[in-house]
Amino acid sequence: MTLMKSLLGAAATLALTAGLVAAEPAIIFDLGGKFDKSFNEAAFNGAEKWAKETGGTYKELEMQSEAQREQALRSLAEAGANPIIMTGFAFGDVLNTVSQEFPDTKFGIIDMVVDQPNVKSVVFNEHEGSYLVGMMAALASKTNTVGFIGGMDIPLIRKFGCGYAQGVKAVNPDATVVLNMTGTTPAAWNDPVKGAELAKAQKSQGADVIYAAAGGTGVGVLQTAADEGVLSIGVDSNQNYLHPGKVLTSMMKRVDNAVYEAFKEAENLTPGINVMGLANDGVGYAMDEHNAALVTPDMQAKVDEAAAKIKSGEIVVHDYMSDNTCPAATF
Amino acid sequence: MDYDTLMQILGSTIRLGTPLLLACLAGLFSERSGIFDIGLEGKMLAAAMAAGAVAALSGSAWVGLAAGIGASLIFAALHGVASITFRGNQLISGVALNFLASGITVLIAQALFGQGGRTPPLVGSARFHPIELPFVEALKDVPLIGPLYSEVISGHSILVYAAMACVPLSWWVLYRTRFGLRLRAVGENPAAVDTAGVSVVSLRFAAVAITGVLCGLAGAYMATALQAGFGREMTAGRGYIALAALIFAKWRPWQALGATMLFGFFQALALRPDVVEGVVGMKVPVSMLDALPYILTVLVLAGFVGKAIPPRAGGEPYVKER
Repeated sequence: MTLMKSLLGAAATLALTAGLVAAEPAIIFDLGGKFDKSFNEAAFNGAEKWAKETGGTYKELEMQSEAQREQALRSLAEAGANPIIMTGFAFGDVLNTVSQEFPDTKFGIIDMVVDQPNVKSVVFNEHEGSYLVGMMAALASKTNTVGFIGGMDIPLIRKFGCGYAQGVKAVNPDATVVLNMTGTTPAAWNDPVKGAELAKAQKSQGADVIYAAAGGTGVGVLQTAADEGVLSIGVDSNQNYLHPGKVLTSMMKRVDNAVYEAFKEAENLTPGINVMGLANDGVGYAMDEHNAALVTPDMQAKVDEAAAKIKSGEIVVHDYMSDNTCPAATF
Repeated sequence: MDYDTLMQILGSTIRLGTPLLLACLAGLFSERSGIFDIGLEGKMLAAAMAAGAVAALSGSAWVGLAAGIGASLIFAALHGVASITFRGNQLISGVALNFLASGITVLIAQALFGQGGRTPPLVGSARFHPIELPFVEALKDVPLIGPLYSEVISGHSILVYAAMACVPLSWWVLYRTRFGLRLRAVGENPAAVDTAGVSVVSLRFAAVAITGVLCGLAGAYMATALQAGFGREMTAGRGYIALAALIFAKWRPWQALGATMLFGFFQALALRPDVVEGVVGMKVPVSMLDALPYILTVLVLAGFVGKAIPPRAGGEPYVKER
């Protein structure tokens, strides 16, 4: 009996202390996987940065299939995680339903707008960052032909391609931009073999700088570009180190900052739409020791000038997703 | 479309068609012996991971190739034990092995290298590099033949030529040797083979082992020749397209070459929507080209283009006595 009593007592104490500790934040990675060297990995880095600084712990979950989304989200919310951050546009519909069922839990979604009182939507001006790397591509190209390889054919990826094409045309109106998408299913994010063939096909069409916005497929594009002796441009994370001296630059999308900020705000996550653009360092291009030899000071000066003009509003880069058209390219 | 573009597309066709060809021949041996194998995809994936990992560790593409074949053989042996020895359902065993491969490859690669289920990029002799056939320079300026030789025929990795050599070899083994005759017979009427005093079980295991070796070649080709390392789910459904090609080829080796190269050609065309638009005169959705292999296979199965008759004893475990 005494044993029973002390056990119960211990359980009660545990329950009480658990209640006092703040709820753990959680992050859900989309289908590309946590270590895609790109989008999801940036999110992971942000979460790790938060964990290191605060000493806190967080829950994480990696999507394995489309069918898991709703269940994964609901089970994390039921487990008391707060806030729950998810990466990827594909969570939009699911989050719209689930967020209404858990009004006391805060949610954050990256790359999509969900209009609910407890949801923070973080979107990036990828077209601005892509515009800058497009300028760089046009400045570095000797053939006046540059390439773009997207992952799955969705408006978001077209937004990348459209911004890129505008940047290219801004430097050289006569330049040709070869646009390709890897596929129309989520498998397109993870097919490096097809990415490699696309890079070869673009090279045969004269492209000598290729921008890959394709998750895991992009690894194959960068590899083949390095093998074939043409330049490539990475995306989302800084991918310059993958092939030093052969990656011109990377379009940085600071998903890490977005996740870090959201975790820091914890339960006080501010709902609403948060646009991360050039002006608040949400996007940009990567410079480090691996690409220093490829980017001349002249190139950098021109790109920085354009960046300043975009910030001040002097140059407006058209956003494909605003009206599903692109002035500089046809998809 | 000019001649050079055509040559580029044909070169791409061969690179994309080779994994399909190897997997298709692999399925051919297995199914001809009466063992359906839906697990081609899983075997290729396991081989790709093993080849990428071992090549990275040893620095030799050949050691990687051996490891890839080894990994694929282990999966083939599992399939054999489940479906031949224990007479389990062959489809279920194959599907289970696909799932196993999908998970375990990432797990092992992550445990070994900690790079998120990838193997490190391969450099130098850890990769199979394209080889230049003799006389490329001499023939380069010959019209028509020159570009054909240098773009399409030369400049592939040794595994491509090995895959091409497998086609006549498979034909010869299946149709001109005693082993091949028995193998085909065991897929049609195992009881007759058994009555003749030949072991059905060992014949079927031999066929499944050949499947393992060929899938190993396919996986290693993707991880160490086409790409420089293994990535999660990098086979991207090619095992299933190979199965479709097998039906399209009606379980025959030369036709398998034709079917896989045709499917490879569709995939290569899908990479050049501009060319397709130029030839057809209208915009063709890329997904339409991607779906063509499946559409053709359905047409064949429905009996519009000849008749596809699978090996009669396919899918049924052989029971000697009841």
